[in-house]
Amino acid sequence: MTATDMAAAGGPGQSGTARPRVLPGPAARSPWAIAGRRLRHNRSAMASLVLFMLIVAISLAAPLYAHDIAHVNPFANNLNGTTVVGGHQVPIMQQGGGTLHLGETPIGPTWDMGHYFLGADNLGRDVAARLLYGGRSSLEIGIGSALICCAIATLVALAAGFFGGAVDALLSRLMDLIWAFPVYLLAISISTVLLTRANGMQIGPLHLVAGSLWLPTLIIALIYVPYVYRPVRGQVLSVVSREYVEAAIAQGASNVRLIFSEILPNVVSVVIVLFPLMIATNILTESALSFLSIGVQPPNASWGTIISDGQQLLYTRPWVSLAPGFMIVLVVLSLNVLGDGVRDALDPRAKVRRAG
Amino acid sequence: MKSRWAIAITATAAITIITACSTSIKQPSSPASSHPASGGTYTILANSAFGVADPAQNYTLEEWQLLIDSHDGLVAFQRVGGLPGTKLVPDLATSLPVPANGGKTYVFHIRRGIKFSNGQTLKPSDFLTTFERQFTVPGPTTFYNGLVGASACSTKGCDLSSGVVADDTGYTLTLNLTTPDPELLDQLALPFAYAVPSGTSMKLTGNNVPPGTGPYMWQSYNPNAQAVMVRNPYFHVWNAAAQPAGYPDQIIEKYGLQVSEEVTEVENGQASEVFDGDQIPSDRLAELNSPRFASQVHVNALTADWYFALNTKKAPFNNVLARQAINYAANRAAYVKIAGGPSLAVPTCQVLPPQFPAYSPYCPYTAGSDHTRWTAPDLAKARQLVQQSGTAGTKVVVNGTTDEVGKSLVAQMVADLNAIGYKASSQLLTMSIQYPFVQNSSNLGKWNVAWGAWYQDYPAPSDFLNVLLGCGTIHPNSDASPNIAEYCSSATQTQVDQARTMGASDPGKADQLWTQVDREDTDAAPWVDLYNPKQIDFLSSKVHGYQWNPQWYILIDQQWLS
Repeated sequence: MTATDMAAAGGPGQSGTARPRVLPGPAARSPWAIAGRRLRHNRSAMASLVLFMLIVAISLAAPLYAHDIAHVNPFANNLNGTTVVGGHQVPIMQQGGGTLHLGETPIGPTWDMGHYFLGADNLGRDVAARLLYGGRSSLEIGIGSALICCAIATLVALAAGFFGGAVDALLSRLMDLIWAFPVYLLAISISTVLLTRANGMQIGPLHLVAGSLWLPTLIIALIYVPYVYRPVRGQVLSVVSREYVEAAIAQGASNVRLIFSEILPNVVSVVIVLFPLMIATNILTESALSFLSIGVQPPNASWGTIISDGQQLLYTRPWVSLAPGFMIVLVVLSLNVLGDGVRDALDPRAKVRRAG
Repeated sequence: MKSRWAIAITATAAITIITACSTSIKQPSSPASSHPASGGTYTILANSAFGVADPAQNYTLEEWQLLIDSHDGLVAFQRVGGLPGTKLVPDLATSLPVPANGGKTYVFHIRRGIKFSNGQTLKPSDFLTTFERQFTVPGPTTFYNGLVGASACSTKGCDLSSGVVADDTGYTLTLNLTTPDPELLDQLALPFAYAVPSGTSMKLTGNNVPPGTGPYMWQSYNPNAQAVMVRNPYFHVWNAAAQPAGYPDQIIEKYGLQVSEEVTEVENGQASEVFDGDQIPSDRLAELNSPRFASQVHVNALTADWYFALNTKKAPFNNVLARQAINYAANRAAYVKIAGGPSLAVPTCQVLPPQFPAYSPYCPYTAGSDHTRWTAPDLAKARQLVQQSGTAGTKVVVNGTTDEVGKSLVAQMVADLNAIGYKASSQLLTMSIQYPFVQNSSNLGKWNVAWGAWYQDYPAPSDFLNVLLGCGTIHPNSDASPNIAEYCSSATQTQVDQARTMGASDPGKADQLWTQVDREDTDAAPWVDLYNPKQIDFLSSKVHGYQWNPQWYILIDQQWLS
């Protein structure tokens, strides 16, 4: 507990003294500060945050591992390569035995950081190095798409809730239309169309080519906009009729000022609560799409593509699929727990209601 | 051959498919102690069903392996294992006819006393229904478009009475063609031309298989569950070389299991066979190497090609030097490893597969001086050709499929292209979309290299050299345009036409010409040929009498159960 917390709580440092109680300053009383303090006191949420940050850190260290420790190129096929196991040079792809010699099996985990720690995949690539690079892709797409999704959904919800009437009806039906499609079917359709455009796609200043991580990022962001839009719009409708908004209108505030200065700050907590949950959802969606080969494109890796690479090796080389599977579980679990913590921090009534 | 494309689709493009025949790694078929005996139920496990069951339309090995046991054509490929299995023999006809009228007329004498499984007696006029259904259903090929009157046929109606003349009194059937077709007899041995009774609906029969004349009849077919065939009570043997009696009393094909589960069930003796179009996962192959299964695993070379087509209408591969460069650079040893290793694939540089008429080993795109087989890539030569072509640094899109093998093949091709100075990227599509996509010329601007696989329809060189690389098989804006590379050499096409014509009168000379065409096509490099695949048949220990036919692969009903 920090000194401020102890002071606010009337902790032992304050008791038994003759001095008058020091009231917390205005900063400590701000809703954000209170929420931050509640979050810091939530051990599960903080542990999840630490775990998530740790995974982000080791994923960012992927080049360090690949180049300086394992000395491999995780994106290059190495079907005819060799590595060292127990001091002996062995082929990475090993031909089947018996009299038939059917099949080629990649080397399994060596548990040696310098030599195929988690073994190789069916193209002879280092699974551990790909796992780290895959984490970069999955996290980049998950966080990037969550940011875009929340931004678009918030803007649309602000417009719909503030202007109401025909604008609200039009935007809400548009969201219903997107929501009506099965999420994965919509993503598969969009992906297939975009992946077959030879020269990619131009969106404003952004030029997207088939292998770009922006493609799955934008697709996933788009399909989940209605998911964020609905609760934010509901909050906007609630806020827009409050007295302080009416007072601002009476003072002649412009629409832009009303939306961004009066309404947005009072609905942003909903977005913040949804944000970590959307990252988790988006990482799962990215993994599913990549598993189906319509998300991250080769030679890039993501956890979904690595699971897909390993599905034909489940009997003999299960770590190829299990390792990225564990990473997805850890990230999604940590983000969900963190999301719950953020919600409890920003809306303590929700916790009371749950407890009740 | 489109048919095997369908196979590749339903069977996930099998790596594990097909084989080096009897000359390859062939295991002893079955214990000598087991004697042929009728009875029992032969159970095949397949990952998925074969779509519509109507023999007029189905173009999959999966159903063909069953249809040959329930139906008959005028002629048939001899129902035996090994190369003799490619020989044509009379089936419902009494003899193989000699073409008359300059190769445009074939007269068949039809056997008497044969009944369909519904009790109806076979008549020559039943073939009129059979051939007209090819146009009203319609069938998926152009094999029978040469019949007189066929050009006016459509799904709305068809009158082939001038092209298919049936005499139900004299029991003769005369086929009249607009132009000679030396491969007509091969095409008549395919299930599209199997006799169905007069009165059969002229529309697609969906999941109902019309009655046939073979030793089995279809009791039911549910694509979500299983197909069941039982003995045809009206069957008797008239020519055992074409249609012998089968051993099992019942043949069942079950659908829906994962291939890995299929392997487990067959290992445990709970089923007879893993459908040979299903790709056995690579991590299950290790256990099949065990001596325990030595007598249950059979590996055979297929007359098939796996290749990458090069888009000859777009840079850089509209330049022959660039096409030859990637042929020199392709690391075929790596592709073979992806296919499951040298036991399951053999590297190749040419279009015609081994064990095929007119095949003569030829591989100019290899390191070393032996140009009869591939040994290693020649990157120096490849880079030199890229420089000569002036195409270095060009962006190249490699199109392939999303299945595990497909992805790996594309990844290797991207690596090979990047190694010689191109900027390659992948474009992966699901199996059902990929093949129509790359066939359609409207998509030619979207890819440079496209994966393909081809399995013979019937053993004739034109089935590869004309169908896949002939000028006449480019159909603009169609999803059925098998010349994916859109390669067309008028000089070579002239030789193809000569060889086809010569096939009827002088097969030996025709084969020499086909060999020449194969070399010219290989030199022009519209493809990067990768390998000729092999196929695994995995059978229960209770199955005996295994035979592998190059046309139909495993002969299901010629096996017996213990």
